[in-house]
Amino acid sequence: MSSENLDIAYVAKLARIALTEEEVARFGAQLGDLLGHVATLADLDLDSIPATAQVVESRNVMREDIERPSLDREVVLSGAPQRQGAFVRVPRIIGQV
Amino acid sequence: MSSRISSGAKEIARAVNARECSAREVVEATLERIASVEPQVGAYLSVLERQAREGADALDARIASGERFPLAGVPLAVKDNLALEGTVTTCGSKMLERWVAPYTASAVRSMLAVGAIPVGKANMDEFAMGSSCENSALGVTRNPYDLERVPGGSSGGSAASVAAYEATIGLGSDTGGSIREPAAFCNLVGFKPTYGRISRYGLIAFASSLDQIGPLTRNVEDAALAYDAMAGFDPMDATSVDRAVEPTANALREDLQGVRIGVVKQFDTHKLGNDIDDVYDRALHDLEALGAEIVEVELPTADYGLATYYLIAPAECSSNLARFDGVRYGLRIDGNDVAEMNERSRAAGFGPEVKRRILIGTYALSSGYYDAYYVRAQKARTLVARDFAKAFESCDLIAAPATSSPAFRFKSKSDPYSMYLMDYYTIPMSLAGLPALSVPCGWVTPEGGERAMPLGLQLTAPLFAERALLSAAHAYERATMHASKHPMQIAEVTR
Repeated sequence: MSSENLDIAYVAKLARIALTEEEVARFGAQLGDLLGHVATLADLDLDSIPATAQVVESRNVMREDIERPSLDREVVLSGAPQRQGAFVRVPRIIGQV
Repeated sequence: MSSRISSGAKEIARAVNARECSAREVVEATLERIASVEPQVGAYLSVLERQAREGADALDARIASGERFPLAGVPLAVKDNLALEGTVTTCGSKMLERWVAPYTASAVRSMLAVGAIPVGKANMDEFAMGSSCENSALGVTRNPYDLERVPGGSSGGSAASVAAYEATIGLGSDTGGSIREPAAFCNLVGFKPTYGRISRYGLIAFASSLDQIGPLTRNVEDAALAYDAMAGFDPMDATSVDRAVEPTANALREDLQGVRIGVVKQFDTHKLGNDIDDVYDRALHDLEALGAEIVEVELPTADYGLATYYLIAPAECSSNLARFDGVRYGLRIDGNDVAEMNERSRAAGFGPEVKRRILIGTYALSSGYYDAYYVRAQKARTLVARDFAKAFESCDLIAAPATSSPAFRFKSKSDPYSMYLMDYYTIPMSLAGLPALSVPCGWVTPEGGERAMPLGLQLTAPLFAERALLSAAHAYERATMHASKHPMQIAEVTR
């Protein structure tokens, strides 16, 4: 568990957050520091321990396939930054190189 | 009129149901109090004057026609990550600064159904990430007991509003301590039930395997009444637990005969300094005097809680907050293509702490690091939960500090990790999903400070043992009455 490989600009790209150079330097140092702290987990012998995703009983949840009212389309679209008719409008996705 | 809001929830509901006063009068007294102290406290991001008045009038009409409600007319502060239809629901973030919720969270609906009246949306650390409310992008909240100090976080607005009598019950959410820590800082009871007990439908997600809604109140009975109203299965939340809920408010005890209370060997309070150590020592003596048997228990992995949490919570947050991409809701900053629009919107919409957590979570989940960080943390989480299960073989409840210090001054935790350390005592319980609460347990005057500040005793119970937990906290509260021993810095409410 080494933090040497933390390439903050690459991680920011994965997370889709544009960072300034100042943020790259600051967050890089802060996250490197945090990774140093979490490296203590290497002390624990965890080889035979199962992973916990959920602490209380969980099961697959299905509901009856019954038609029921949804949120009002106009109300939902009123929260969108840009719309066109009944759709949310976004910049071009297809046709980029 | 203010005397109407100096009482607890039970007394307010009794008076409103008996028509000794109207819900409208309670709301007017609350709005008056808010107008008078908000300039100092800043607990709310929005005050719901119109909705509160309309809600009160509608409730009064139903009471006039013979209906009765367990929390009739009780003023409610709603943390601003809980959806309330028609209100701006910001999460303390520029990302959602103007987003109007199109529906109401199940927990809030449950409170509305028993007659509580939302009076405001409370400030919080952005997306519930923080321990001081300083990470809010939209406002500053001050601790009513010392205005130079933080109210705690992330449910800091809910805590400050209830402490300042701007509401009787505050709804908060707790992922690693976000109800218990601000409750301790603001002299309140802060209760996080078992994971899955209260529906999270309509709670804007931070870390889904840890998030839990709960109340912040000025006494244990109010917390029990709020819990009784909100707990239970909800088909709208796939993780809500389908298991019978025992009512708690009718089972509060006055003694602790036959209760074994575990003290964690690894939580040595000597290192917190003499004043604080004395307060926690006395708390154990008081528990013993009430009939409890104090036993030592071990949590060998206690020191690994923070490391575990600061991988799991950011990993889940990086996934949950991916939805804020400038497309369907929230802030959008235009770009030449979708990716650039996403990157710019998230850069402008999120504050530094949220960015840090998303980045660490993205890293922990990324190819090549997933097993080394995320899976390893999930395995450590198993050990933490096993430790508690073992400890509860020899005790019924665990007593521990809620925080390692009283409320600190603004800007005194500039290094992110020093802020994370504030959750040292509350995180292990969250990782194990256990019900836990903070109850006022004494006062200290911090070094360099002039005012006495409250501390909280954290009590933890096994999964689903909320009834035993609240009951014991009630006995301790009644016997000690620490909450009333020192005044706030703001004007006291008229009694």
